[in-house]
Amino acid sequence: MEYTLFILILPLIGFLSLGLLGTRLKGKTAGYVGTALLAATAILAYITAWQYFSTPGVDGIRPTLIPLNWEWMRFTEHLHIDLGILLDPISVMMLVVISTVSLMVHIYSLGYMEGEKGFQRYYAFLGLFTFSMCGLVVATNIFQMYIFWELVGVSSYLLIGFYYTKPEAVAASKKAFIVTRFADMFFLIGILLLSYFTKTFDFGLLCSGEENLFASAAGKTFMGGAVLSWAMALIFIGAAGKSAMFPLHIWLPDAMEGPTPVSALIHAATMVVAGVYLVARLFPVYYFFTPEVLHGIAYVAAFTALYAAIVACVQTDIKRVLAFSTISQIGFMLVALGVSGMGTVEANGLESHEGLGYMASMFHLFTHAMFKALLFMGAGAIIHTVHSNEMSRMGGLRKQMPITHITFLVACLAIAGIPPFSGFFSKDEILTATFMFKPWLGVTMTFIAALTAFYMFRLYYNIFWGKPAQHDHPLHEAPSSMTSPLVFLALVTVVAGFIPFGKFVSSTGAAYIIHLDWKVALTSVIIALVSIFIAWKLYCKGSSKVPDKVAGFFGPLYTAAKHRFYIDEVYQFITHKIIFRCISQPLAWFDRHVIDGILNGIAWITCRGSLAFRWMQTGQLQSYALLLLCGCLLLLCIGLFR
Amino acid sequence: MELIPMEYYLVVSSIMFFAGIYGFITRKNLIAVLISVELVLTSTDINFAVFNRFLFPGHLEGMFFTLFSIGISAAETAVAIAIIINIYRNIKNVEVRNLKKLKD
Repeated sequence: MEYTLFILILPLIGFLSLGLLGTRLKGKTAGYVGTALLAATAILAYITAWQYFSTPGVDGIRPTLIPLNWEWMRFTEHLHIDLGILLDPISVMMLVVISTVSLMVHIYSLGYMEGEKGFQRYYAFLGLFTFSMCGLVVATNIFQMYIFWELVGVSSYLLIGFYYTKPEAVAASKKAFIVTRFADMFFLIGILLLSYFTKTFDFGLLCSGEENLFASAAGKTFMGGAVLSWAMALIFIGAAGKSAMFPLHIWLPDAMEGPTPVSALIHAATMVVAGVYLVARLFPVYYFFTPEVLHGIAYVAAFTALYAAIVACVQTDIKRVLAFSTISQIGFMLVALGVSGMGTVEANGLESHEGLGYMASMFHLFTHAMFKALLFMGAGAIIHTVHSNEMSRMGGLRKQMPITHITFLVACLAIAGIPPFSGFFSKDEILTATFMFKPWLGVTMTFIAALTAFYMFRLYYNIFWGKPAQHDHPLHEAPSSMTSPLVFLALVTVVAGFIPFGKFVSSTGAAYIIHLDWKVALTSVIIALVSIFIAWKLYCKGSSKVPDKVAGFFGPLYTAAKHRFYIDEVYQFITHKIIFRCISQPLAWFDRHVIDGILNGIAWITCRGSLAFRWMQTGQLQSYALLLLCGCLLLLCIGLFR
Repeated sequence: MELIPMEYYLVVSSIMFFAGIYGFITRKNLIAVLISVELVLTSTDINFAVFNRFLFPGHLEGMFFTLFSIGISAAETAVAIAIIINIYRNIKNVEVRNLKKLKD
């Protein structure tokens, strides 16, 4: 399956050719070139998936294939960095997700970005992002993943700051870059720690569950924690930065300053789930060697999901609502991973129940990528028409934008967990897994699911129903290049739930048969319906005074949530008031006065010294000769009377 | 015939040498400085001849070297005179204290 290399090469070609020659292409040609290359990539990804999943594994267990592997840098006999391609169920699944969403975004942007300054640049960056994201998921070792991890960070930075004349966009891109880089520093330390003890970067070796590999780390502790736990926790901090887990989530809502299709691709469907993917990739290490870190991940993720859901309920910018919703849903995925166990292969060749969380997490990743991309693209279509992100500028749009309305509704139903849409199935599996782990966590997650349904339908009713806002230009449906991806993704969202996902992806590689837990499913559906009903009551008419009353009832909580619980202000305080003032300024003083002072002092001494010798330089040949003679005599005396 | 002892020659040449150096350092006129340089050179020539004559009587290298050195000093004098003439053309005198270009 060496042709999988072309999944990486084609977008890279797109990036290089459009980046170097793009300005010579007239009109939308650059977009067509990029889209054609991406279509080829997507077809290759589908062929790969087809070939991989149709090949029966040994004893029904899906194999891990490494079609290509080059040794790149060799440090010691065991420690070397390779570049290669690794195909296993989750990486193939991710390839399909990335290429599909990326292709949809490419097509959609033909309409959305039409006539924008820097159209070619935009497509070049999209190519770069697709290349790096595909490289990230097929990485054979943790270092290759780190390289591509940084590359996606860069392309995210470039695309958030696409409108580089807008100060908010520049600030947002800088914030995203710095926050994720800060987290990646811990990731790198974690990688170094892990590889120092295991002497390998290779995922295959790390995940083999080999006890000897971790033997050298046994018994070593640092500040009361095992070294291995520290390493895995640090790696998770890297994942948390990319996946916007609390408290490193602050960059994601601001990242919405980028073009909306970029938000759909990078900040909803693909890049932000890289953290989930990383934890899933290293899942055996987490589960077998550092279960306490895994449980910690679950709690952090659950808290993040709750926090983001509460904040999403009161935001008025529709992209911000979707951003917090994304954070919350990623929280769901990581909770599912955190509570999951490692399945065992039973006598009938199927996987046991313990691995449910792992499968559910990957399932939710898949369905979420589709419906969240759909939501963002729908929001983009609305913004394209209304020229505003604010909910108050919308209302009653269902008549003007029928296609966007229907597809948006499908996505809202999916994320709210209403059968038969895809989100219902994946979210139900996650809830079942959390109930299996700890019932109180299950209850919390069900509550968050209810909040999800509420804020999504608050958004839906505010946009498509409610009181229409006054516009001085006629509102119209988006062009077909924008609506066709919406329709396609809506269709995927409708049918994706019926994919027997467990047969393709599971913790051991054996097939897992999904059973719906009717108790959990019914509860969550009823709760979701109640939430939708409340949202309908509050927001459908648009003239109701109840929302304000409710807001007044919650008072401080409402204000705090509206300001995202002041996390940004806390960061601002810590960085500006504490770090800048107490650490950076003294350091700057030290640099300016002590380091520079030493160098200036040396120069001053030299200057003074030369002034002291200046009288010797008379310019008279004879005085030089006299001095020369004196010197010779002095040397002679030294030679004679030594 | 009684030979004059070697030390006598050396004393004469030393006096010439230091007289030359003294002149080089103290004289104001460039021509006088040049003459002093010639004195220094001549004193070394005397030394060559004397050492050859007294220490290695069978050999002639010192004598030839002396002739060689005289030839060189003649050429050097010609060059120096040319330089001095040029200096005179530029600053209209040959006083050493007026040559301060080395300082700049």
